[in-house]
Amino acid sequence: MKPTDIAAPDYFHKVVDCQWACPAHTPVPEYIRLIAQGRYSDAYMINWKSNVFPGILGRTCDRPCEPACRRGRVEENPVAICRLKRVAADFKDDIKQRLPHPAAKNGKRIALVGGGPASLTVARDLAPLGYHCTVFDADPEAGGMMRTQIPKFRLPNSVIDEETGYILDLGVEFRGGHRIESMKGLLAEKYDAIFVGSGAPRGRELDIPGRKEAASNIHIGIDWLSSVSFGHTDKIGKRVIVLGGGNTAMDCCRTARRLGGEDVKVIVRSGFEEMKASPWEKEDAIHEDIPILNFLVPVAFIHANGKLTGVTFQKVKAEYDAKGRRNLVPSGEPDQTFECDDVLVAVGQENAFPWIEQDCGIEFDKWHMPKVDPKTFVSTNPKVFFGGDAAFGPKNIIWAVAHGHDAALSIHRLLSGEDITERPLPEVHVSSQKMGIHEWSYDNDISNDKRFKVPHRDKVVALKDIRAEVELGYDVKLALGEAHRCLNCDVQTVFSTALCIECDACADICPMDCITFTNNGEESDLRQRLKAPSPHPDQDLYVSGDLKTGRVMVKDEDVCLHCGLCAERCPTGAWDMQKYFIEMTYAGSSCPTRSRSAA
Amino acid sequence: MTYIAKPKFHHPGLKKNELGYTHRDYEGKISTLCAGCGHDSITASIIEACYELSIEPHRVAKISGIGCSSKTPDYFLGNSHGFNSVHGRMPSVLTGANLANRDLIYLGVSGDGDSASIGFGQFAHSIRRCVNMTYIVENNGVYGLTKGQFSATADRGSKSKKGVTNTDNAIDLVAIALQLGATFVARSFSGDKTQLVPLIAAAIRHKGASFIDVISPCIAFNNHAGSTKSFDYVREHNDAVNRLDVLVGRDPIAVDYAPGTVQVVEQHDGSRVALRKIDADYDPHDRLGAMTFLQKHAAKGQIVTGLLYVDPEAEDLHEHLNTVETPLNTLEADTLCPGSAVLDKINASLR
Repeated sequence: MKPTDIAAPDYFHKVVDCQWACPAHTPVPEYIRLIAQGRYSDAYMINWKSNVFPGILGRTCDRPCEPACRRGRVEENPVAICRLKRVAADFKDDIKQRLPHPAAKNGKRIALVGGGPASLTVARDLAPLGYHCTVFDADPEAGGMMRTQIPKFRLPNSVIDEETGYILDLGVEFRGGHRIESMKGLLAEKYDAIFVGSGAPRGRELDIPGRKEAASNIHIGIDWLSSVSFGHTDKIGKRVIVLGGGNTAMDCCRTARRLGGEDVKVIVRSGFEEMKASPWEKEDAIHEDIPILNFLVPVAFIHANGKLTGVTFQKVKAEYDAKGRRNLVPSGEPDQTFECDDVLVAVGQENAFPWIEQDCGIEFDKWHMPKVDPKTFVSTNPKVFFGGDAAFGPKNIIWAVAHGHDAALSIHRLLSGEDITERPLPEVHVSSQKMGIHEWSYDNDISNDKRFKVPHRDKVVALKDIRAEVELGYDVKLALGEAHRCLNCDVQTVFSTALCIECDACADICPMDCITFTNNGEESDLRQRLKAPSPHPDQDLYVSGDLKTGRVMVKDEDVCLHCGLCAERCPTGAWDMQKYFIEMTYAGSSCPTRSRSAA
Repeated sequence: MTYIAKPKFHHPGLKKNELGYTHRDYEGKISTLCAGCGHDSITASIIEACYELSIEPHRVAKISGIGCSSKTPDYFLGNSHGFNSVHGRMPSVLTGANLANRDLIYLGVSGDGDSASIGFGQFAHSIRRCVNMTYIVENNGVYGLTKGQFSATADRGSKSKKGVTNTDNAIDLVAIALQLGATFVARSFSGDKTQLVPLIAAAIRHKGASFIDVISPCIAFNNHAGSTKSFDYVREHNDAVNRLDVLVGRDPIAVDYAPGTVQVVEQHDGSRVALRKIDADYDPHDRLGAMTFLQKHAAKGQIVTGLLYVDPEAEDLHEHLNTVETPLNTLEADTLCPGSAVLDKINASLR
């Protein structure tokens, strides 16, 4: 293998698994260290810059960072990154003075369709640069699906008000209750750019016998949640069946429990394990006495006298074909009918753009989705950009934020007369953390604590009040314990070939057997010859140049604890612990444009 | 010196030995020696050898004297018996312990000061008595704890860190051990674990006095140009006569060797050592030849490493003394003191 090019910005970025996995590339270890130091406001601001909604995401994020967390490969559970984010939001001081100030207008106007996370992120990035941003939303208040679809017992309005407020206070014009009915009409208003962040607002139908006849007791999940959110719906039957296995289904069943549902169950087509809902959301539902029944495909709504009485399901089992693809095939057992008073259908969401006319320069593909460039987020109309669920179908908030940042950068470059396909490189800082012979500016003593549980409100109390937040969040002590579990993966082990005398001290001390001195070879061959097995080929090998004996140093990044013992035991300083900080490129970043080579 | 404890986490895919232990289970406390010390690599090699042999830690007694090297038993086999004795007195304490309980595995860890200076006599007598032990000298040629004066193993003509030339002749502990009748004699280098680990494993398996001289560069005081115990010097002048693989049990030899290049030595306990010859003419069963070979190469400035001499049929001190198979420390009073009738009988036989 060739010596690893650690100057490539992506190399060390990949080692910070959580940050690499985060669509918005939030510098996770950095803010966790700040939390450990009690610097909650600083931790909040780092988050605010990257992911715009720390308080909201700290409660609702899909957490792609946590399955990626290195700690999860070392022991049972990853660091509770998401809930630590909430800690920063909960314990921060007033941070208003730290926010950008409304800028003098530059005369350029941007229209943003939809007031959800994607549009608000674009507005957050562009308003401080002087753009006049106008956000249109059919609902009276900003927040989009964060406000309408996520139940209040998971995300209180106060948090949404606060964090959408920070953005609107930047001089963003919000036109609530104003649904955009025509793209042509909007284009005619001569905005300099238009961003569409209107989400995936349509719940998928379940067209099986009985749907029409029993319609009054069959509700589309997201519409029903939205109606509950605005207070239009405040009760449901005693026996409720929720169809679907995603997070919306989990929100539906838990909401139903709070509106009078006593016998609420979730019934899914797939197996329990393959459900789309996040594991912790399934846990929370089960904790609220909601059984989840699997391998049942709904075949008919049963009704009598125009009233729903139950749902009939076909029993299926999973079979895997030669390619490992799963097929659900009838198990041959008799159909099963469950009685119920109401059904909530949460079997997916779809995009809908009835308001975009065929002839306004925006092309759609065969799935009726707009053709959007995945890097610049521009549509086939150079002035119209898409982001969030509106761009590539339903994902989640953190993806919408990431899209928003990239779209804002495109819009800024477009309106500055620059090529939007050229993306400035992120700024990377790497600095030694050495304070003394065996002292580092980070806490390198590895905590053996298991993941701390977030305290919950008592179930009896929680189920009585639909607005009572279930999770109470970590207190300061629990937060400190959890923060110490972070392995500081952004503090990188940096190796200097020229300084190494091959004394083996690093290889001897490494608690994880990450370091091997051996003869060079092809990667697949090298991976066979490491001191410890290398089960994750997606985790890079860090290879030195040729050493004096002709061997090379090979470090498997996989389970490195970043404890710095290799550097402490190195007599020549060939190893150093250096903090890697990557500043993603946002609209208005002043980094020079260079072509980026793949790491 | 490191302030934090070594993290308890280990690689999730670490292999386990027959006892279900990983090599991490054979560790001791974290080393307090200077960063990069060769002794730490020897510690790691002892850990590896004990892990590979599936040794039960409670069956090992590790005994040392004074010095950097003699601190190291604290850093390996944290669940074994240990005795950190007076300077240079490790061999006597070990001999005594061995006489009292012949069932333990004795690991004597010493340095060039502890064995070639203050404890030179002790070293000599434990070897000539054929105590069943593995005697490891961590040889760096300087007194590290007192800031790097030449030790008795420093080569004549080698330079100190400050540039002073050593005018005294060096003691070659390997040569002495050969002369005094050690039945397993080897030399190795802390920077070459592939050679050192099997040597330690074979020495532990050997019944009789095993002696290994391990050249172990002192990073702080003896790793400069002009030193003959530096990483660079040893790597340039290392003349390995053979490489070995320790074969536990009676599994067939899995590795294919070119014919005539491998020699299998079977030891008392049935374990075997496969010696891969590097020097075709070198015979590790020829004590006199070994001594000559050693002196010739030393005169050329070469450091001979590998298994230099082994007598697979060696006897140990207990056999010489004709002691009982049961460890003496477990003999009960009625066995030790069989009564006046027996005494009378003995007295009568002497009249």
